[in-house]
Amino acid sequence: MNAAITEESPAHISSGGSAQPSALGGGRPVDPTQLDTTHGVILYLESINVSFDGFKAINNLNLTIDRGELRCVIGPNGAGKTTMMDVITGKTRPDNGTAFFGQTIDLTKLSEPQIAHAGIGRKFQKPTVFEQLSVFENLELAMKTDKGIWASLRAKLSGEQGDKIAANLKLIQLEDQAHRPAGLLSHGQKQWLEIGMLLMQEPQLLLLDEPAAGMTDAETERSGELFLSLAGQYTLVVVEHDMDFIKQISEGRKVTCLHEGSVLSEGPLDQVQNDERVIEVYLGR
Amino acid sequence: MTVPMNKTLTERIFGPKAWTGLAIFAAIALILVPVLNLVVPDGNALHLSTYWVTLIAKIMCYAIVALAMDLVWGYTGILSLGHGIFFALGGYAMGMYLMRAIGREGNYQSDLPDFMVFLNWKELPWYWVGTEHFLWAMVLVVLVPGLLALIFGFFAFRSRIKGVYFSIITQALTFATMLLFFRNETGFGGNNGFTDFKRILGYHITSPTTRIVLFALTALFLMGFLLLARYIVTSKLGRVLAAIRDAETRVMFSGYNPLPYKLFIWVVSAVICAIAGALFVPQVGIINPSEMSPANSIEIAIWVAVGGRGSLIGPLIGAGLINGVKSWFTVAFPEYWLYFLGLIFVLVTLYLPRGVLGELQGLMRRGLLQKRGERA
Repeated sequence: MNAAITEESPAHISSGGSAQPSALGGGRPVDPTQLDTTHGVILYLESINVSFDGFKAINNLNLTIDRGELRCVIGPNGAGKTTMMDVITGKTRPDNGTAFFGQTIDLTKLSEPQIAHAGIGRKFQKPTVFEQLSVFENLELAMKTDKGIWASLRAKLSGEQGDKIAANLKLIQLEDQAHRPAGLLSHGQKQWLEIGMLLMQEPQLLLLDEPAAGMTDAETERSGELFLSLAGQYTLVVVEHDMDFIKQISEGRKVTCLHEGSVLSEGPLDQVQNDERVIEVYLGR
Repeated sequence: MTVPMNKTLTERIFGPKAWTGLAIFAAIALILVPVLNLVVPDGNALHLSTYWVTLIAKIMCYAIVALAMDLVWGYTGILSLGHGIFFALGGYAMGMYLMRAIGREGNYQSDLPDFMVFLNWKELPWYWVGTEHFLWAMVLVVLVPGLLALIFGFFAFRSRIKGVYFSIITQALTFATMLLFFRNETGFGGNNGFTDFKRILGYHITSPTTRIVLFALTALFLMGFLLLARYIVTSKLGRVLAAIRDAETRVMFSGYNPLPYKLFIWVVSAVICAIAGALFVPQVGIINPSEMSPANSIEIAIWVAVGGRGSLIGPLIGAGLINGVKSWFTVAFPEYWLYFLGLIFVLVTLYLPRGVLGELQGLMRRGLLQKRGERA
């Protein structure tokens, strides 16, 4: 299964670096606040340290993600996976170290909304949607547009924007739920809605924290297919515990194993799974 | 899938039924009440006394406050327990003009307000300069509470103070300001506040015509603010506010900075409250620091909870109901009013969590479903 998609995506990666700016919303003038990935790297973390009251959540972490990659991150509880996402999205400031988005955007200097604007979307471990608003309104709010108050006060939905939302609803298979409050959706549907909201933001990099948690097997498999189809056009970092799911989406790709706040092992899934140190932290002690 | 097309502004703000309701209210407030009060002679069974006109106007002022409270609490999830301060400051700004408008008709026949003569002050404090001009006083009505809300809100929201902590700080703010206004040295008449007003813009403040004009103005402001509030909550900005209430972190990670959104609705709400206070003072004839007492601000939250949060109309009904009952109750059993108010609050929280309006709507919806079921 998914053979067509998995074969297709590496092609996207190789050509998606810099040669295909049109497909990546490019054609923009050079600007330090704009994403610049001319060297193929979209996320660059170096010597990041984060400690909470003496506890080292992130310990000298180095991680590089290439544009168009789909990277799975695994690791036991407390390995620092969520803290790493907090650092990337501006929720937690690192004690030291550098975090760059592309070559020019310094993530340690931006606030959460600014980072979201720059093109990083994040899905939380617990699905977080606007429960009292309808599915349609959830997507409307997430849509990439001017997000200042005066623009919001006068905003009117254009036909083009309506089409975008409709296309998104189709993708996340919530067309018949469009006008129901998001709070009434099932757990799996909320996960999908949140992913749909991320896509409405038109991000360059998607951080997905346990996107398959609480989904049925069929839903999980569909999510896997969706992520595979997104890789190449977007860059995805997926934190997961479900090994079958990781196997499904990591074929021919790199997997990173974190432990005690730093990278323990990196490479194809087989290699990582057979790494002595990985086996030790998962099974040992 | 049907994409909701853009409605016209009038369609967006209200459905046809609500517009009809608003028109009926306008007809009653702007035509029927003035006619019953001024044209129908005293003694006729249909005559509406000035006492009633003033009482209804007073309740409409409270309804405006409830509306303002619903914007921040019902729609944005920010529970303020200090909204009385904005109401009182608006009232005090209006009161300053009314005190100056007394001129030399006061007890001491001085240019200074009576309480200043009594304190042996020789000249006006600097902040009273210009208050003899009605327009400047109206600027103060908006500016002072607006600036206070802006500064207080900026620091509170920037520090991400939320929930019960925010509520407690607002209580402290109104309480501290009340203590400040109780002092004679503050220059606002101490615990007596301002009273004995004579004129407004040259007209006698107690004459029936002035009262009716003020009544009509209050009704106009109430309707205007209702439309403004509907305009805000039905806009995309309104949906962002609801989103902030439901999941503020998701709002941030969606690229919105919640700070200007919260500040906007907070300041709008404070200014609406202040204007209600400015309308209240000439009709009731007194403003004193007790308007800033913490209990007053808590009562505002109760009006909104009883009427139904997040519906705009509900809080208007809540303010009307509670204050209607209060004006009767405080005459019949004055010492039991607070117990009764507390009881209402407990009962509403337990049995009508969506408020009176929310439950009514729920009942009607169920009724409609049943009817449909019978037909099918």
